[in-house]
Amino acid sequence: MAYLEFLAEFGSRFLDGSLITVAQFLLSAALAIAIALGFGLLKLARHWVVRGVATLYIELFRGTSLLVQLYWIFFVLPLFGLTLEKFTAGFLAVGMNLGAYGAELVRGAVRSVPKGQWEAAYALSMSPARRMWRIILPQALVIMLPGWGNLLIELLKATALVSLISVTDLMFEAKQVNSTTFLSIQAFGTALVIYYVFARFLLTPAMRRLELSMARRIGKA
Amino acid sequence: MDTLTAYPLKLDGTDVPMVRFMNVTKKYGALTVLENLNLDIAEGEMVSIIGPSGSGKTTVLRMLMLEQINSGVIYVDGRPLTHMNKNGALVPADRRYLRTAREPIGMCFQHFNLFPHMTALQNCMEGPVQVLGLTKREARERSEELLELVGMSEKRDQHPSRLSGGQQQRVAIARALAMRPKVMLFDEVTSALDPEVIGEVTNVIRKLVSEHSLTMLMVTHQMGFARDISDRICFFFGGRIEEQGTPDELFGNPKRERTQQFLSAVKSAD
Ligand SMILES: Nc1ncnc2c1ncn2[C@@H]1O[C@H](COP(=O)(O)OP(=O)(O)OP(=O)(O)O)[C@@H](O)[C@H]1O
Ligand SMILES: [Mg+2]
Repeated sequence: MAYLEFLAEFGSRFLDGSLITVAQFLLSAALAIAIALGFGLLKLARHWVVRGVATLYIELFRGTSLLVQLYWIFFVLPLFGLTLEKFTAGFLAVGMNLGAYGAELVRGAVRSVPKGQWEAAYALSMSPARRMWRIILPQALVIMLPGWGNLLIELLKATALVSLISVTDLMFEAKQVNSTTFLSIQAFGTALVIYYVFARFLLTPAMRRLELSMARRIGKA
Repeated sequence: MDTLTAYPLKLDGTDVPMVRFMNVTKKYGALTVLENLNLDIAEGEMVSIIGPSGSGKTTVLRMLMLEQINSGVIYVDGRPLTHMNKNGALVPADRRYLRTAREPIGMCFQHFNLFPHMTALQNCMEGPVQVLGLTKREARERSEELLELVGMSEKRDQHPSRLSGGQQQRVAIARALAMRPKVMLFDEVTSALDPEVIGEVTNVIRKLVSEHSLTMLMVTHQMGFARDISDRICFFFGGRIEEQGTPDELFGNPKRERTQQFLSAVKSAD
């Protein structure tokens, strides 16, 4: 019963860490979605300068490592006078990074809405903004949801990096427990299982359900 | 390039056509699809466009609704559609002008293009609410009336995926009519349909012709239908109007050889 004792002693720390991880996940996911939508649409803009700005952002954040970005935001920005709390720096870095991947998802999905839909909306004289919001995006959403399911799992896993700037998330707590007890198998095993349960039994079914209900709304299921 | 000063800022006089193409040329890249098209369509007139594949029939409609033109001017209801008046001179229309100038035109497509995430009724209400600024209630009343007209009242709460092709096309016609267009464009609205449901769509168009004073421009491969309901038939060939006339003239006594060839080819295919 050694593991039960281990849990009895350190369970609350894993719980605290998990809550921080959930908070990091929710905040960075919200940010990633907003950024993905913004830059994904900018990437489709008519003006090349606007498109260029979006491309630059996406290339920069996809082309460099998340860990380096995290360190930049936490250690380098203060040198330019912008000091962020570690918790904030953590979800900002994760959200901005995964948002760049999300932007490609948004762009691809919007572009794959059939041309006839754009034309039908135009034939009703809808303004470009209305057309995007009322006609194209709802259909693009259905197309990109499976991609978002994967991306959000990546995002959850990526939040573990924030432990490296001492955000007290699940990974951080596991490392702490490990270094005080040297019970590596128990410490990292527990973290492993918790991440897996989050991803596999919470996130995946939630996304499935969302996909289904969206598909039903569009009449495809 | 011809100079725009040759074109009137506005069509005045007693018989201003509902639609006027003046020397309109349309190119896709290096390919000239329509050359120097001149075509008038009177108010309330039903004009059918026939011709071989690739002759530019669809392009005629798309210039009114979706595409820009390379030269010439198109007028709708006396006002330039493709150009705007800037300090007393015509200049090519910008996107915003084009979009509002096209408001009096409605279009139905070969593949219906209903919005899949909306019910039949919502499809019809979308334009009136979002573009014309009607209240939901007004839009609903108008849409229900039109769905009744096309015989789709019972299915108004269904999504397009639950409707047959013929039913979808009838909803699409109602959706276009809900914008109260002055001109309706039909691009082969029956060619994606199973033979047994073509009638339900053509009957709706017949009804529009007999009961409403809409101006209509229809591209079709159904010669019998075109002959029945049109005031005039335009036969397109190679991006030009090869021959035009009343249905009896064109079908009964075609003058040009290409028209004769085309008509006998489609007859033998039937
Ligand atoms: N978007 C486009 N880009 C390039 N070429 C085009 C485009 N649309 C049409 N064309 C070309 O323009 C010509 C006329 O096309 P259009 O669609 O008007 O023919 P159509 O008479 O409607 O033929 P169909 O009976 O097959 O529908 C064709 O040669 C076609 O390949
Ligand atoms: Mg065509």
